[in-house]
Amino acid sequence: MTGEVVLAARGVTKHFPVARKGRQVLTRQPRAVHAVDDVSFDLRRGHVTALVGESGSGKSTVARLLAQLYPLTSGDIVLNDVPTKVKRGKSFRAYCKQVQMIFQDPFASLNPVHTIRYHLTRALRVHHGRVKGEELEKGLASLLERVNLTPPERFLDKYPHELSGGQRQRVAIARALGADPTVLLADEPVSMLDVSIRLGVLNLLRDLKERLHLAILYITHDIASARYFADTTMVMYAGQVIEGGDSETVTQEPAHPYTQLLIRSAPDPERAHNGVPTVTTAPGEPPSLISPPPGCRFAPRCPYAAEKCRTATPPRFDLGESHYAACWLYDSKTTDEHPRRDTVEVGA
Amino acid sequence: MTPVLEIRDLSVDYGQGEGAVHAVSSVNLVLNRGEVLGLAGESGSGKSTLAYAMTRLLPPPGIITGGEVLHHGRDKPAPVDVLGLSPKQLRSFRWNDIAIVFQGAMNSLNPVSTVASQLEDIYRAHRPEMSRAQRTKRSAELLRLVGISADRLGSYPHQLSGGMRQRVMIAMALALDPEIIIMDEPTTALDVVMQRQILEQMMRLREELGFSVLFITHDISLLVEFSDRIAIMYAGRIVEQAASEDMYRASSHPYSKGLLGSFPALHGPRRPLTGIPGSPPDMRSVPSGCPFHPRCPSAFDVCEREIPVLEKLSGTNGDSSRSVACWLNTPSLSGHPGVGAT
Ligand SMILES: Nc1ncnc2c1ncn2[C@@H]1O[C@H](COP(=O)(O)OP(=O)(O)OP(=O)(O)O)[C@@H](O)[C@H]1O
Ligand SMILES: Nc1ncnc2c1ncn2[C@@H]1O[C@H](COP(=O)(O)OP(=O)(O)O)[C@@H](O)[C@H]1O
Ligand code: SF4
Ligand code: SF4
Ligand SMILES: [Mg+2]
Ligand SMILES: [Mg+2]
Repeated sequence: MTGEVVLAARGVTKHFPVARKGRQVLTRQPRAVHAVDDVSFDLRRGHVTALVGESGSGKSTVARLLAQLYPLTSGDIVLNDVPTKVKRGKSFRAYCKQVQMIFQDPFASLNPVHTIRYHLTRALRVHHGRVKGEELEKGLASLLERVNLTPPERFLDKYPHELSGGQRQRVAIARALGADPTVLLADEPVSMLDVSIRLGVLNLLRDLKERLHLAILYITHDIASARYFADTTMVMYAGQVIEGGDSETVTQEPAHPYTQLLIRSAPDPERAHNGVPTVTTAPGEPPSLISPPPGCRFAPRCPYAAEKCRTATPPRFDLGESHYAACWLYDSKTTDEHPRRDTVEVGA
Repeated sequence: MTPVLEIRDLSVDYGQGEGAVHAVSSVNLVLNRGEVLGLAGESGSGKSTLAYAMTRLLPPPGIITGGEVLHHGRDKPAPVDVLGLSPKQLRSFRWNDIAIVFQGAMNSLNPVSTVASQLEDIYRAHRPEMSRAQRTKRSAELLRLVGISADRLGSYPHQLSGGMRQRVMIAMALALDPEIIIMDEPTTALDVVMQRQILEQMMRLREELGFSVLFITHDISLLVEFSDRIAIMYAGRIVEQAASEDMYRASSHPYSKGLLGSFPALHGPRRPLTGIPGSPPDMRSVPSGCPFHPRCPSAFDVCEREIPVLEKLSGTNGDSSRSVACWLNTPSLSGHPGVGAT
């Protein structure tokens, strides 16, 4: 494992309050969407960490919390070893200089009435003061070169709508780089792009990680892309991180029953030609996050669920080599209740 | 293999005159009885336009500028051109012979009517001879077929998850036992787990009921797994057509190769990903000649001038089911020995 930890989540939790209707107002019980519960991980320099999960599992909320766009319900965000809470203003800008975010929709995140020059100039000035003249031109050109939009003068005076989706996403990345950040939070950066151009943007991110030694959080619902682009992969289910480890291990030897289901369900051209494609899937759907089930949130769908799973939340169990899973199957103390690990089907 | 639907030289424009967008150009495609034909291509390549046009559901300013769509009906002596059907014939054709599950269809259920009554309405309109009891019974059967338990019959759409609503749409498509089902990105908005449940169910139903499927998606890895044959579209044209396995193991058109080389694989050894340089064309100004030439690593002089036509490739291994639109396969032009089995 390389690089020092720049940004870390420690027990990060976010509950969004929900309006109470009718009689619920009379009861004291506050209702909330448990969007993110007790999430902890580290982002290291020169390292891509993927956060994988279904829609609604809480990935974007984690990214927004790390970007300090929402206040936390509990837990800490630790920047360079210092627990950091910022609101608006100066401290927020100082935080953003280090931690930058890239969004899913490159069109929505660039203002259509302004040129690329305007967007990038602003990014440079916000973080580096009033650069102008030759210094500014140099800065702009170097930003575009870093995202492989060359020659820069072909792009500087264009408007967002004059660029393709992939080029717009590169501009959004260039803008984030304007701050000279150490951390890049990329929330589904390619899922709105055409298939043939996704690879180019992902390769660019990987290249930036290496050249600029960035810490990158890569959020995606596509676990196959995590295998290729991330050093570490974490899997989220219903607001919690349920497994994590080296990407190859998590995708090739998934330990948590949910990760196994996810991997078995992903499209797999290799499977097609070995007979009728049939994958037994767990019935049902992710639980409501307003009143999540007690214990393991996957228990209602899990083929291995035992009594304990329905009452006690499984902690992370260490599986070696920084691989972990939050599942009672891996608790060395409970053996009789469960099938043993080596009898659990792993992978497809 | 007997054809059930035959698209011949179909072209579709949006708008007229100078500014017309040629969204579909001279497409030839055959759907055989009982097969799943996959149609892949990037956003804007014309997949949905083709689906709308062949079912005569094309909204203005879309215009069919040429071609025919022949339907070889189960018990009809001669094929019928769908493009020439009267409005009345068309209504019957759309439900009885062909049914469509559109992109984002799950949001098109009537919000104020229960799932059961929406299914029963179909029978009331198209099978007036059925009794009320028969309608109710058949609706419950249909929902069971797509994996929704009978206690959900009285639910309103908002009480169902996206995956369940999409299953209801599939049940509606199956209601009158059509010969052909067109699915345009039926599961794109769903999670992979739900996607697989729905597609596997669809494939089981196909075995049971024997309909044919035109399955449209941008996710070619999904098509390789779930379809018998695959056609790939680029800039409004079919550029390659082959059996799924052939397409996956040895695609021939440079665009197909690039597309397949853009998907990271979850299983097996890690392969190098190639991707495709550049980006898909703006359909308002499609490049001359082969529309792929500005992005094609193998382009040569002819490519820029002449549009390659889709031609059967007589491969060395005799797979005559493959056709490709690429000048590399015309040895006299390219100086290549023909691509065949490379
Ligand atoms: N109403 C319209 N007016 C003008 N052009 C249109 C219209 N609808 C579609 N087009 C154009 O026709 C071309 C084909 O569009 P179509 O929707 O068929 O693509 P698609 O392959 O289904 O894409 P996707 O994968 O995004 O669904 C595109 O260039 C599109 O911009
Ligand atoms: N601002 C908000 N207010 C209330 N609920 C929210 C808000 N943002 C997200 N949620 C809820 O939190 C959960 C996680 O959402 P999100 O983080 O967007 O998931 P993902 O990015 O994995 O799709 C969902 O149930 C979502 O509806
Ligand atoms: S803790 Fe229990 S219910 Fe949860 S995934 Fe593990 S075995 Fe299944
Ligand atoms: S015709 Fe030419 S440009 Fe088009 S795919 Fe073939 S080699 Fe490439
Ligand atoms: Mg999200
Ligand atoms: Mg479409």
